[in-house]
Amino acid sequence: MTATIEPDVTIDSRDAACPGPLMDLIGKVKTLEAGTVVELQTTERNSTTDVPEWLEEAGHDLLEIESRDDHWSLYIEVN
Amino acid sequence: MHRIAIVGGGTGGTVLANRLADELQSELEAGEVDLTLITADPNHVYKPTFLYVPFGKKTVDDAKRPIDELVDRRVDLTIGRVIDIDTDRQKLAFADSSVLGYDQLVLATGANLEPEAVPGLADGGHHFYGPEGAERLRDELAEFTEGHLVLSVVGVPHMCPAAPVEFTLMVDDWLREQGRREDVEITYTYPINRAHGLESIADWATDLFEERDVTLETFFNVEEIDPDNEVIETVEGTELDYDLLVAIPPHAGSDLVIDAGLGDDGWVDVDKHTLEATAAENVYAIGDVADVPTSKAGSVAHYEAGVVADRIASRARGTVPTATYDGKTVCFLEAGMDEATFIEFTYGEEPYVREPSKPLHWAKLGYNESYWLTARGLL
Ligand SMILES: Cc1cc2nc3c(=O)[nH]c(=O)nc-3n(C[C@H](O)[C@H](O)[C@H](O)COP(=O)(O)OP(=O)(O)OC[C@H]3O[C@@H](n4cnc5c(N)ncnc54)[C@H](O)[C@@H]3O)c2cc1C
Repeated sequence: MTATIEPDVTIDSRDAACPGPLMDLIGKVKTLEAGTVVELQTTERNSTTDVPEWLEEAGHDLLEIESRDDHWSLYIEVN
Repeated sequence: MHRIAIVGGGTGGTVLANRLADELQSELEAGEVDLTLITADPNHVYKPTFLYVPFGKKTVDDAKRPIDELVDRRVDLTIGRVIDIDTDRQKLAFADSSVLGYDQLVLATGANLEPEAVPGLADGGHHFYGPEGAERLRDELAEFTEGHLVLSVVGVPHMCPAAPVEFTLMVDDWLREQGRREDVEITYTYPINRAHGLESIADWATDLFEERDVTLETFFNVEEIDPDNEVIETVEGTELDYDLLVAIPPHAGSDLVIDAGLGDDGWVDVDKHTLEATAAENVYAIGDVADVPTSKAGSVAHYEAGVVADRIASRARGTVPTATYDGKTVCFLEAGMDEATFIEFTYGEEPYVREPSKPLHWAKLGYNESYWLTARGLL
């Protein structure tokens, strides 16, 4: 499972209100090279649906969504 | 002597300075407290006025008043720019190399527009978020008789999340009044999968856009503008042609905040209830520069100023501060040229959008007029 995913970049968007986490991700992805693995940390439940939808639209891959004690970690690979 | 310094004489800083002058009246008169407001601009600017400038309903001059007319005389007013904050030694530095020590500091330096952050935007786009932009857009709109008008929300977060929706509904109505609407196509774009960050506003705006023949494009993150060919390119791979682009430019906090170690991205990291900086002692942030999970709005700056005034006054008197901010946000939203609605909410709450009406439009205009009393602490 996700224990094996080692992100190159971690974005801490915990406590940011919607659409903060998604916007943090979009802002960062613009600057990253293909193949980069990103972990987005969010406490906003909507991110678990909004982010995958955007990834689909923009053509990046969702690797995994992990539910942690106090947040979600979304793992993404930039294309 | 207990020294209180406030940096920034916009909505938050001015309301706070006047509140503190009242709350600490006896301490100020006894010389136990010193209260300084430092601001870069000798004018206080009320930005909501800019929304009306493109339609010729207000002028840029209507948006400003000399700050010394608004601030209580017990406040030491310094016109100058703070260029460095040393939170260990509790000192502020100015461009002329003078220094001011503080016991409690509040940052209320607002947000800055950064159109340069997107290639082509400064040349290709118009906006109504500052005085020059609003005037340039007014001149452009006056001559815009036909073509494709695109309102694109490029930067999030930005000041007044309602303003792009308001502008779109206003420009639709205004063009109808002018008899030009049939020759103008209008598109509104937003970065996420709906028309607005708040779901209830997104639903409300989507229905109205449909009714008024405004095309909605979502998941639209502008990567680049080609001003010569008048094309917007997005991160998602879309291309959109425009004839007149009205863009909400990206916003930035300030290097002052980054250099002082108060927040990596230029917004001050604060506890969302106490508004105290997480990275330094005796530092608060209010208004647009504070990173809290609600809108960058004047009403937020206003309520936050009330909370911080109470907390600072308690500390100055040696008592434990108890006032906290619950995220209260209040916004009027124009739904056209002569009707508006109104929302209010707190942290984590979804606002309820009322049916737009003429009285609410007049209430918004009335609020804008009485703002000058609000800034002076009289309302
Ligand atoms: C078009 C538009 C419409 C809007 N409509 C609404 C609305 O309807 N309702 C609403 O609630 N809000 C609205 N807003 C948002 C509102 O104007 C802002 O949220 C509000 O002004 C924030 O107040 P502030 O005190 O944080 O910052 P500001 O009012 O921006 O003030 C910042 C001050 O800090 C000073 N400063 C900055 N850096 C320094 C420094 N280093 N040293 C000294 N001084 C410094 C600046 O000169 C300025 O005076 C609107 C904004 C825009 C642009």
